Amino acid sequence: MSLRDGPLGDVRPPILWGVAVALAVAAVAALTLFLGDRREGPRAQDHGASRNAADTVIAPVSGVLATPVRWIGGGFDAVRNYFLAGGQNADLRRKLARALSWRDEALTLRQENARLRGLMGVTTDPPLPVVFARTVVDARGPFSNTRLIDAGASRGIVEGNPALGEHGLVGRVVGVAPNVSRVLLLTDVESRTPVLIVRTNGRAILTGDGGPSPQLAYLRTHDPLRDGDRVLTSGDGGVLPRGLPVGSAMKGPDGTWRVALDSDASPIEFVQILLFKTFAQLTPPGVLAPRDLPSTATDAPVAKPPPTAPATTPARPPAP
Amino acid sequence: MTPLTARRLNPILWLGAPMALCAAASLICALPLKIYGLRPPEPLFALIPAFAWGMIRPSILPPFALLALGIFLDLLWGAPLGLWPLALMAAYAPVLLARTFLSAQGIWSLWAWYAAACAAALATGVFFMTLRAGVVPNLVGVAWQFLVTAALFPFANRLIERYEDADTRFR
Repeated sequence: MSLRDGPLGDVRPPILWGVAVALAVAAVAALTLFLGDRREGPRAQDHGASRNAADTVIAPVSGVLATPVRWIGGGFDAVRNYFLAGGQNADLRRKLARALSWRDEALTLRQENARLRGLMGVTTDPPLPVVFARTVVDARGPFSNTRLIDAGASRGIVEGNPALGEHGLVGRVVGVAPNVSRVLLLTDVESRTPVLIVRTNGRAILTGDGGPSPQLAYLRTHDPLRDGDRVLTSGDGGVLPRGLPVGSAMKGPDGTWRVALDSDASPIEFVQILLFKTFAQLTPPGVLAPRDLPSTATDAPVAKPPPTAPATTPARPPAP
Repeated sequence: MTPLTARRLNPILWLGAPMALCAAASLICALPLKIYGLRPPEPLFALIPAFAWGMIRPSILPPFALLALGIFLDLLWGAPLGLWPLALMAAYAPVLLARTFLSAQGIWSLWAWYAAACAAALATGVFFMTLRAGVVPNLVGVAWQFLVTAALFPFANRLIERYEDADTRFR
């Protein structure tokens, strides 16, 4: 016997009830996804696989579509450069004159720096490997500021790697698939980056809010900030290396201190990913190798360690 | 029952096609582009079907279509999963409840109601992101997205006009 032939066969609830139930089910599903989704932390991998799979599909499609858009952008730039060539020429001449004077000063300082390093025995950080990638998706809404780039785990990128533009820090990698990665920009609402103020050595947390200039939250500094103070990554927390250029401090229209990002002046097509994992990368391997560790045996006589580097080896300064 | 009232809507046409078009438009607008040093704002194309589906007829399929479309936007833009489905449903639900009232409105009045639905969706986004991140998203950015999305009403109106007489049982 079908349901239609039963005692409730003539009961026809209003369709709005059915729609309301469907809406409630869909809303609960969406809310469950929202509450369960974390970009970082122990539950980051709950939806990480689905995100990476989607990124893997979106990236090639978007990469193909981006080609004519790049041409259009290049066309706009060419037109702009054509009409502004005179002004740009004068500006470049001024910058060149300033740069030449800076070059002499830089050469002097470099020589002095090398001499002092030699005297003090300071070793410098080894260079970090870098991967260049092209942006294929640029999300710029108020609730999410991310970029999808066409390089992934196959090129050594891991979550947490810093992403730099031509002029400064852009963000950090929060999702990695074999051939694509998702970069969380400094301007994203969920972005938090420990930074330092160069002039005062103050510390703050750069907090994105979806706008172009992130806020300086939890600011701790002895001297008050000034417009134009340089802001770098502090390296606190160990996620990012210290000293990456971020931008300049500025007073926002709401009275809070914000940062005008250096990366605003960079083209958005390309980013470079710094393959930074831990501060151990910045230390030569020999320094961290165990040399004078005591033996674990308690009864047997302690074995004499093999001869090590001479005691005059300069101590490595704390990681920057 | 006249032949006109018996005509059923093909879900692929009134749900699938707008979804595909919105997904494609969102993907194109997410391409990296800077014009004169400025990044263009990001319109919320998915609000077009969210508004129009509520106006066309009540059905159990649109909530799930909005769920799918919203998840696509979350994955495309890298937003927290579930954010855009919630925002789209916050726009769809009041339109569905007020569809009888809205169907009697003129085009300018309907445009204003579309803008109100857009504001409801973005206010939902602001609410949930504030809860999640502990920071109120930049309201200037929200206002830009509201303006560019509200300007898309002619597309929503076109979708409504295309299907408004398709199933007169729900008029």
